[in-house]
Amino acid sequence: MKTAMTQATYWPILLVGAALALLPLVLTTNATLNFLTFAMIITLAAQGWNIIGGFGGQFSFGHAAFFGTGAYAMALLQVRFAINPWLALPLGTALGGCAGGIIGYLSFRARLRGSYFALVTLAFAEILRIVANAWGFTGAAAGVLVPLRLDPVQMQFNDRRIFYWLALLLVVIVLGASRAIMRSRFGAQLIAVRENEDAARALGVNTLVAKLSALIISAAITAAAGALYTQKFLYLDASLAYGSWISVDALLGAIIGGPGTVFGPLIGTIVLLGLGEVTKTLFAQLTGGALPGVDLVAFGVLLIICVAFAPRGVIGAVRGAVGARSATP
Amino acid sequence: MLKLDIFLSGLANGLLIGAVYALISLGLTLVYGVLHIINFAHGATLTAAMFAVLIAHSVFGIDPYLAILVLTPLFFGLGYAAQRFVISPASHGDDSNGLLVTLGLSIIIENALLAIFRSDTRSIDVAYAFSTVEIGNLFLSLPRMIAFAGAFAVSLALWLVLARTDTGKAIRAVAKEKAGATLAGIDVDHIYAVTFGLSAACLAIAACLLMPTFLVNPRIGNSFVLVAFTIVVLGGMGSIAGALIGGLFIGVVESLSGLYFGESLGQIGIFLIFILVLLLRPTGLFGARA
Repeated sequence: MKTAMTQATYWPILLVGAALALLPLVLTTNATLNFLTFAMIITLAAQGWNIIGGFGGQFSFGHAAFFGTGAYAMALLQVRFAINPWLALPLGTALGGCAGGIIGYLSFRARLRGSYFALVTLAFAEILRIVANAWGFTGAAAGVLVPLRLDPVQMQFNDRRIFYWLALLLVVIVLGASRAIMRSRFGAQLIAVRENEDAARALGVNTLVAKLSALIISAAITAAAGALYTQKFLYLDASLAYGSWISVDALLGAIIGGPGTVFGPLIGTIVLLGLGEVTKTLFAQLTGGALPGVDLVAFGVLLIICVAFAPRGVIGAVRGAVGARSATP
Repeated sequence: MLKLDIFLSGLANGLLIGAVYALISLGLTLVYGVLHIINFAHGATLTAAMFAVLIAHSVFGIDPYLAILVLTPLFFGLGYAAQRFVISPASHGDDSNGLLVTLGLSIIIENALLAIFRSDTRSIDVAYAFSTVEIGNLFLSLPRMIAFAGAFAVSLALWLVLARTDTGKAIRAVAKEKAGATLAGIDVDHIYAVTFGLSAACLAIAACLLMPTFLVNPRIGNSFVLVAFTIVVLGGMGSIAGALIGGLFIGVVESLSGLYFGESLGQIGIFLIFILVLLLRPTGLFGARA
C-alpha cells in the first residue's frame, strides 16, 4: 500500500524530469539551450522561494540575498581560494543556508511577518548589494570573472547540453525534496503556519523552528541557483548577484505557477520566461528595435492577473477547470 | 571654525532634503495606517510623477512649481483609480495579495517608463536651479529651501484634512475600526481609494518640488522609496508626526554620514538603521503598539 502511494507520488516528477532531459535532443540551437539552462536556474531559485513563501506563507522580497551569496561564493572560492567548482557548489549552497539562518533568526525572533518580513528581506539584500559593489574582495563595481577552462573537472563543458542536464538534475532533486517536505510532519507544520500562525502555535507547533528551518532550506536552494548562474555565465557583479531582478523572478515563478505546490515554480518560471521572450520578440518586430523593459511590464501584468483571477497559480487554475468539467454531468 | 561651517551646512542640507523625504513618506505611512499594506508601487509612482513634471516642462513649457496645480489633482485621480479599480478588486481583501499587486504595479510603471524614456538620466533646465540664499556663513540652494517650505506646508495641509474635515474623520475611523466605520455608514472602499489618492497627490507635489534640483531616470524612485521605508518604519507605521520627524532625522543622517564616510557607506547607515529598528522596535519610535 505504502509503496503504491509512494510510486504514485513520485512518478510524475521522474516523468517530467525525463521529458525535460530529452528536450535538448530536439531543440539543438545554442540560443534555445541557453534559454533552457537559464530557465532551469531561475526555476531552482523559484523552488527555493516556494519553500518559505509558498509552503510557509512568508513572502520574501529579498531572495537576491541568498542567490547572490551562492553566486559570489562560487566565484570567489574559485578565483580567490583556488577551490574546485564541484566543491564550491555545495559550499556556496551551505553559505546561502547560513545567510538564511542569520536573516531568518533575526527577523523571525523579532516576530516580523507580512509586510515587515518582506521589507526586512529587501533591506538585507540591498545592504549586501551595496557592500559587494564597494568591497575590493568581491571585485567591487568591476565584478568577478571566472576564468574560462573548458574541462569537466572545472564544471565547464564543451557541450552546452551537459550544463543544462546538471541544472535539471538539481531541479528534479528539489522537486522530489519539495514533495517529501509536503508529505512530512514538517510540511504540515509549515502549512499550518501559513494558514494561521497563532492557531499553529496554540496547537503546539514551534513556529520559530518551523519557519527558520524552512528559510534555511529555501535560502540554500536559491544559493545553489546563484552558484549555477556564476558557472554558466562566468561573470558576476553586484547588481546581477544581489539585484532586485532575481528576488522578483524567484517570487513571480512560484506565485504564477502555484505557490505551495511541487510543480508550481517550474511551470511558473517556464510560463514567465516564455512570455518574456514572446513579448520581447513581438515588440521588437512592431517597433523595429529592442524595447527595454517590455518583458517586465508583461511580468507585472501577469502577476496582477494571477493574484486577481488565479490565486493558486496556473496549477490551481488548471485543477479548477478540470474539476469544474468533471463536476458537470 | 571652518569645520563647524561644514558641519552646519551638512546639517542644513540634511534638514532641507529631509523635509522632502518626510513628504514622500507621508503617503506611504498614511496608506499603511489605513489599509495596513505597504504600497510597493510608491517609488514607481514618484518616478512617474517626476517624468510628468519633466514632460510638463519640456513639452508644454510649464514651470515645475506651476505644475503642482495640474499634477496634484491628476495624481489624486490616478491613485484613487488604481486602488478602486486595480488593487482592491485584485487583492480580495487579503494583505499579502495587496503586497503582490502593488509590487506588480511597481514593475509595470517602472519598466513602462524604461521602455518609453530608456535608461538615460534627464533633468530640466530652469533659471533658478542654482540660485542660493545666504544665511550667516551658509549658502543654501533656493529651490531646496522652497522644497523644504513646500513639504512642510503640504504636511500641515494633510494634517488639517485628517483632523478637521469629514473625509479626514472618515479616514481616521476606517483606520481605527473598519467594521465599525462600515456600520456607521462610511463607504470603506471609497475611503481606501481617497487615501491612495492623497498619497499619490503628495508624491506629485514632492516630484514638483524635487525636479528643479534632481535628476530623473526610470529607477530614481527606488532610491527615494527605500529611504521612505526607513523613515516610515523609524517613525512608526501610520504615524504622521513620526514620518515628519523621521524624515528630517534621516535627511540629516544621510547628509552627515555622506559628508564623513562617503556616499556609498552613508547609504549603508540608513539601511542599518532600518534593519535595527525593524528588529528591535518594529512599531517604530512613534507608532502604537502592534
